[in-house]
Amino acid sequence: MDFDLSEEQSMLRDSLDRLLGDAYRFEDRRRFMAAPEGWSTDIWRQMAEMGLMALPFAEADGGIGGGPVETMIVMEALGKALSLEPYFATVVLGGGFLRLGGSAAQKAELVPQVADGSLRLAFGHTERQSRFDLASVTTTATRDGDGWVLSGSKSVVLHGDCADRIFVTARTAGGTADETGIGVFLVDARADGVSRRGYATQDGLRAAELTLDRVRVPADAVFGDPQDGLPLARRVVDQAIAALAAESVGVMGAMHALTVDYMKVRKQFGVPIGSFQVLQHKAVDMYVAIEQARSITLYATMMADSDDDAERARAMHAAKAEIGRGGRLVGENAIQIHGGVGMTAEYAVGHYFKRMTMIDVAFGHADHHLRELARAGGLFSAAA
Amino acid sequence: MDLRFTDEEIAFREEVRAFLRDNLPDDIRAKMIDGEHLNKPDLVRWTRILNAHGWAVPHWPQAHGGTGWGPMKQYIYLEESQKHPAPQPLPFGVNMVGPVIYTFGSEVQKQRFLPRIANLDDWWCQGFSEPGSGSDLASLKTRAVRDGDHYVVNGQKTWTTMAQHADWIFCLVRTDTAAKKQEGISFLLIDMRTPGIEVRPIRTIDGGSEINEVFFTDVRVPVENRVGEENKGWDYAKFLLGNERTNIARIGVSKQRVARIRELAALEMAGGRPLIEDERFREKLAAIEIDLKALEMTQLRVVAADAKRGNTGKPDPASSILKIKGSEIQQATTHLLMEVMGPYAAPYLPGHDDRWNEPSDVPDYAPQAAPNYFNNRKVSIYGGSNEIQKNIIAKAVLGL
Repeated sequence: MDFDLSEEQSMLRDSLDRLLGDAYRFEDRRRFMAAPEGWSTDIWRQMAEMGLMALPFAEADGGIGGGPVETMIVMEALGKALSLEPYFATVVLGGGFLRLGGSAAQKAELVPQVADGSLRLAFGHTERQSRFDLASVTTTATRDGDGWVLSGSKSVVLHGDCADRIFVTARTAGGTADETGIGVFLVDARADGVSRRGYATQDGLRAAELTLDRVRVPADAVFGDPQDGLPLARRVVDQAIAALAAESVGVMGAMHALTVDYMKVRKQFGVPIGSFQVLQHKAVDMYVAIEQARSITLYATMMADSDDDAERARAMHAAKAEIGRGGRLVGENAIQIHGGVGMTAEYAVGHYFKRMTMIDVAFGHADHHLRELARAGGLFSAAA
Repeated sequence: MDLRFTDEEIAFREEVRAFLRDNLPDDIRAKMIDGEHLNKPDLVRWTRILNAHGWAVPHWPQAHGGTGWGPMKQYIYLEESQKHPAPQPLPFGVNMVGPVIYTFGSEVQKQRFLPRIANLDDWWCQGFSEPGSGSDLASLKTRAVRDGDHYVVNGQKTWTTMAQHADWIFCLVRTDTAAKKQEGISFLLIDMRTPGIEVRPIRTIDGGSEINEVFFTDVRVPVENRVGEENKGWDYAKFLLGNERTNIARIGVSKQRVARIRELAALEMAGGRPLIEDERFREKLAAIEIDLKALEMTQLRVVAADAKRGNTGKPDPASSILKIKGSEIQQATTHLLMEVMGPYAAPYLPGHDDRWNEPSDVPDYAPQAAPNYFNNRKVSIYGGSNEIQKNIIAKAVLGL
């Protein structure tokens, strides 16, 4: 068993850390957040030039042939830098639908555009009644000749404000919570009947409320089986959860590094606060939580390509639950140890804390996944 | 032992409820329910309504406007007020500098400042912490040098809540650099309009800027604005910090938040059913409620002991328990309230109502939940961090 990165993987990590370390310091991030898009088009271009957008796609489709480990490396680096760019929405979510559900023709049209950074994607699934249930869909898709007509609303569409095209789940048959009768459609954000209102999220990223009012889409807007698209959506989201787990390791690691540095430098009562055993133990608790998060991320990454839907789902429930709890422990302790300074917007640790909190919110909190894993029978079977 | 409220106390509770129901302006109540920040005019308006009723400073001595209620009624009033939820009067005047002035101040200071605190004619802020003096407050460096009938003050205070609105600041300053650190501190009352004072807002992670840095450059303060004796300021500070025996746990606030969690969890759907029917969610809420009920009993034990034996002036170690547990419960409730929102915790929409002309799927009550969770991380830090409180208990109670 070998947990070491290959030479190529190490190079990927090192060059991305170098790019972001130089160009994505905290002061840079503040500037990028104030830009109209809310992120840096220049960084986006450099990421594309590095091949990051092409990374997960097969070489035959115009990609580089990377797998879940490569995505894990990129996401951890983006988490460490607290990146604002729509990489997750475009490459992990949107790109996931292309890879796992796209026909040869769809891939041929769209993968090169994602790979060169010119096309931005998003995934709209949340609805008012759905909470975290991907199967809860009231947005409708009605056959119209060769194509379809879509009507409904999607909430909190991550980076839906800047997306050129948006994947949405829509119901082709059945009732609101039926697992069948759901299709996945790719909608042009500028099509007639599409309206969206963009806003910032609590962690400085962007999202949108999306309304579809009798939006006509052509036949090739369907990805996978329009009557049974939920398994595809679940598979994409499972891989997305593994990616978020990796991002959270970067976020937690950065909070921890800031905290340990602060403990060495900040003096009260004539000594560095790092000499107080209580705080030392808190820093160690954070360290243990981060290593657990790193390990569960490796497990989730290993399982990301599994064809065993049930086992893969359980792995992702475990990962999301673990990083949610660990992230909260690391974040809350980081603020506490920093004292008042941790509460200020001027200082980075609070921003990492907010990102970690929003990672927990995305696709279901820790407790949601804990419940789902329990319902699915847990991770380890009973003794024979 | 008798754990029941008396008939008189029950009637008093009803009287307080009726007063709040009939006199708290609807717009202020709405802001309080949604967990939104009040502005200065809001708090002034409500304080003056209370003051007209004689209830702005109920716990003060009657000679200075207090109601004369015993500790039990003081507690009932505070709890009902927090639960309603009604705004708490500005604590820096009412709970901090006011009691210091009526306990240690001169007659002139009492006449001059106390009525204006009660009516919120003077907005006070607290100049204690400095960048280098947080938990180690006694190490503070802001210097006050005697020059004729003035002190000349130079230095910097930080984390000063609402200094941007303040008319006056009470400050701990160093008047003797040779003495042991706790024995060289004085307590000054400083007019915020004095030349040389600069206020700079500090933006916090919830998006607000309720705290500030306050810079003092050659600020001349009349000697008659010193409270009590020179170099005895640390004693007055300890009195001030230890005086907070009934307010720190914010039990009424947590009760209101638990009620709000129940109300909103009945509206939010999960798996086709209201979230409040979800077993795991219900259990988490029940666990918090158990903690809160136990803390309420602890609070009542402190209050009843006060009522029976009188305030001995010595800090009750139970105050540290109230602060530690009270802050943990406040933090647990704000986290659970954020969880109620599900995916709708994510949108950051300050001033939600004004932004969009058409309705959206984002519930009105959702965008404030995460900022409140972030903001409440401060409650385990301020007022003496929980680590300091545990040190106090270990030393003063356990003798370790």
